Amino acid sequence: MPKPKIGIYWCASCGGCEEAVVDLAEDILGVVEKVDIMFWPCAMDFKKADVEAMPDKSLVATLLNGAIRSSEQEEMAHMLRRKSKYMIAYGSCACTGGIPALANQFPREQILRYVYEESPTTVNEAKTRPQLKFAEAGREVTLPELRNVVRSLDQVVDVDYYIPGCPPTPKITKAAIGALLEGRMPPKGSVLSPDVALCEECSRRDSKPTNVAFTEFKRTHQKHLDPQLCFLAQGVICMGAATRQGCGAQCPSGNMPCTGCFGGTDRVKDQGAKALSSFCANIAAKEADEIDQTLKGIPDPVGTFYRYGLAKSLLRRKAGLPMSNGK
Amino acid sequence: MNATPKPTNGSWSPSLVAFFCNWCTYTAADLAGVSRMKYAPNIRTIRLMCSGRVDPQFILDAFSKGADGVLIGGCHPNDCHYAEGNYKCLRRFRLIKRMVADLGIEEQRLRLEWISAAEGEKVKTVVNEMVDQLKALGPLGIPKQFAEWDAEMTRLEHAAQTSQSAESEVAHA
Ligand code: SF4
Ligand code: SF4
Ligand code: FES
Repeated sequence: MPKPKIGIYWCASCGGCEEAVVDLAEDILGVVEKVDIMFWPCAMDFKKADVEAMPDKSLVATLLNGAIRSSEQEEMAHMLRRKSKYMIAYGSCACTGGIPALANQFPREQILRYVYEESPTTVNEAKTRPQLKFAEAGREVTLPELRNVVRSLDQVVDVDYYIPGCPPTPKITKAAIGALLEGRMPPKGSVLSPDVALCEECSRRDSKPTNVAFTEFKRTHQKHLDPQLCFLAQGVICMGAATRQGCGAQCPSGNMPCTGCFGGTDRVKDQGAKALSSFCANIAAKEADEIDQTLKGIPDPVGTFYRYGLAKSLLRRKAGLPMSNGK
Repeated sequence: MNATPKPTNGSWSPSLVAFFCNWCTYTAADLAGVSRMKYAPNIRTIRLMCSGRVDPQFILDAFSKGADGVLIGGCHPNDCHYAEGNYKCLRRFRLIKRMVADLGIEEQRLRLEWISAAEGEKVKTVVNEMVDQLKALGPLGIPKQFAEWDAEMTRLEHAAQTSQSAESEVAHA
């Protein structure tokens, strides 16, 4: 019997998700034995033309990581969707926009100007910007276009399953691939990670206060963090209660609060609003001025509560930003 | 829920979504109605048992579905039926207001007022004031923006498809 074929692709991603696949360590050999990897540009030499030549639905699954942010990424997502029986959003960026989606707070022009002209490490006196088309010696070369909006994969193509995490852990990756190979897939649209809040699997759970009354919020660099106590008891924002489990609470184990990379549980529509709701409700003060004083400890609510999920949040992007057209 | 108001003969009129506590502001709005006080018809009221039930998700949902403004009405401090609900509401409000401002939604589009069951007059004043402010601000139009953002994708998808054959020639060369 021929081995099932899979593809692995990256879009607007940092490469961490690719690393996560490699992190399967010796287990990757078990996977490689059971499947044929037909497309994995980060690790092996494949060309787009190879994918184009594949019959439709000939891949059992594509694991696609990264947000969708350029015309090329969008085109590849459409193509891989056609070629795959299952399209799997792999990692926070593909699932909910991830860190790249924080760019949804800025106009594209501002981003390009900063990156190509203003950033302290940039020397570009001619203010050269990448062009979509460039002709030289009778040959025209092209570059993909950067979109105004950063999107999650399912805002571009139909997605069958989600493997969350920044990056997903080897454990849930292995479980997902196992389920895929054995044909034990849950209903379409499922997130392949337990639908329970992270606190349940956190070793600090016993010290989680039942009645917090925050008088201040401290950020991680402003405080010496106790290695055992629940972060909430230390006045530090931990997204555990608003985040789906599956990572084994690795950040709290490493003495850092959860920043929410696994996304919310299924019944939560907007992870950021939910997190904001529970932190604020538990502030001690009752007067607007004092409340504001406490809230000074959260200088950037969007970055704190939507660190990985702005693209998929209810508002998706800052309102009123211009949509520039073309180069 | 669809908060987009039907345009009356082509002219835009703001849509204001209100979350009113059953025990106070909702009753006050009722009183205002019964006493035939005139206030702007732009308001769509959602009755909740307490302002503490106003989940910030509701506010964002209302904006994302076309509300131009969101008004929350609750019992005065110390008067909440459930003792602490209005304080919870106030604390959430203080941050969500800042957060929606960071997301490009003007501060005046979100307002919290304490209005007791007897203050029908205050409902009228607050609603009229807010509708005037929304008129001055103009439409927020989040659903329209979603459509524009999505159009970027389909437009460029066509572009990608037409350039595809040319690019694959290069790949084979
Ligand atoms: S809030 Fe954070 S530290 Fe506390 S139990 Fe939950 S995950 Fe652990
Ligand atoms: S603790 Fe939170 S941020 Fe850290 S890996 Fe787990 S879900 Fe992600
Ligand atoms: S009952 Fe009215 S605000 Fe709580």
